[in-house]
Amino acid sequence: MEQLISLFIRAIFVENMALAFFLGMCTFLAISKRVSAALGLGIAVVVVLTITVPVNNLIFNFILRDGALAWAGFPDANLSFLGYLSYIGVIAAMVQILEMVLDKYFPALYNALGVFLPLITVNCAILGASLFMVERDYSFSESVIYGIGAGVGWALAIVALAGIREKLKYSDVPAGLRGLGITFVTVGLMSLGFMSFSGVSI
Amino acid sequence: MSEARKVLVTPLLANNPISLQILGICSALAVTTSMNVALVMCLALTAVCAFSNLFISMIRNQIPSNIRIIVQMTIIASLVIVVDQILKAYAFDISRQLSVFVGLIITNCIVMGRAEAFAMQNPPGMSFLDGVGNGLGYSVVLLFVAALREFFGSGSLFGIEILALVNAGGWYVPNGLMLLPPSAFFIIGGFIWINRELYKDQVEENDFVMKPHVKKEAM
Repeated sequence: MEQLISLFIRAIFVENMALAFFLGMCTFLAISKRVSAALGLGIAVVVVLTITVPVNNLIFNFILRDGALAWAGFPDANLSFLGYLSYIGVIAAMVQILEMVLDKYFPALYNALGVFLPLITVNCAILGASLFMVERDYSFSESVIYGIGAGVGWALAIVALAGIREKLKYSDVPAGLRGLGITFVTVGLMSLGFMSFSGVSI
Repeated sequence: MSEARKVLVTPLLANNPISLQILGICSALAVTTSMNVALVMCLALTAVCAFSNLFISMIRNQIPSNIRIIVQMTIIASLVIVVDQILKAYAFDISRQLSVFVGLIITNCIVMGRAEAFAMQNPPGMSFLDGVGNGLGYSVVLLFVAALREFFGSGSLFGIEILALVNAGGWYVPNGLMLLPPSAFFIIGGFIWINRELYKDQVEENDFVMKPHVKKEAM
């Protein structure tokens, strides 16, 4: 239990998807102009990560891993080279299913998330979390916690950046740095701030 | 300038995928602590981008538009698997250092973005060149950042020592910040600034313009 809590905290702060590993940067920079939009996208990412990381964990452990197909009578099979194709397939399918379920049963939430859901398929934070899960060999329960933690960390970072950018648009920035340039510098400073968590251990 | 040359050269600075189109930033930041790793990443991305553009352009008239994203994804993912297996076979150390970032070429928006924006409308030859051009545009930024970070962070380029480090009996105290993640943001921010000073038309408009400061005369 303690180990899971520690993993959760680490996934949010120390190994923050956006600020320590630079994953999901494209959407991170593009959708962070307003706090409300950033929050919607953040929630969508948390939901998708919470589902896809455990599902990919099951797929890896029971189908792709070296010797994982022993239950089906193929003890020598090693399908791990098919990893990328399966994970991205799972993610694309999950996003599509989630979109249809939300549309049917939770129209309010669907309208709130709107355009962000399809965008999530190509968000590297989602694929990145699955790949980290495989690389670090997480168990099923760890993968659930890691999925939630990574999502919350990313959401936190994008909402914080959106908050800063809302204020930043009133400032007088040198012409060449306006927009994208100053955003990069801001994210750099935020990332520096988040690095102070790196000594934290629970 | 001939059409082919234009397609190849404009993505380098005039329409750079990273500093103007905001595509493919994730990996640009993460794999730039040393030149070797960055160079391999550039080659991998350029290859994937060029060939995915080529193949997608070849079958662009056969792809039904409502499932085109899935088709593109499958082609890109297959190419990335090929690249990954080649790296594992011939450059295992570097493939270890790149860790998940080779896999993340799949979701690298440059590949997807060019497939969607260029390869779906243009013939295979041009699309191939466009892929190479954008791959090179990405490489310019990546190598620029990696050169600065490796030079000031560990006093070397491509792993060859240039500045003698203090702890090896030399004089240069390495700048540890350069090896940490935030420095990449500052350097790319700086790159964008330089790029936009050269190409003034890329400067973004402010939402609010400051009124010029008017000094009132003292009574």
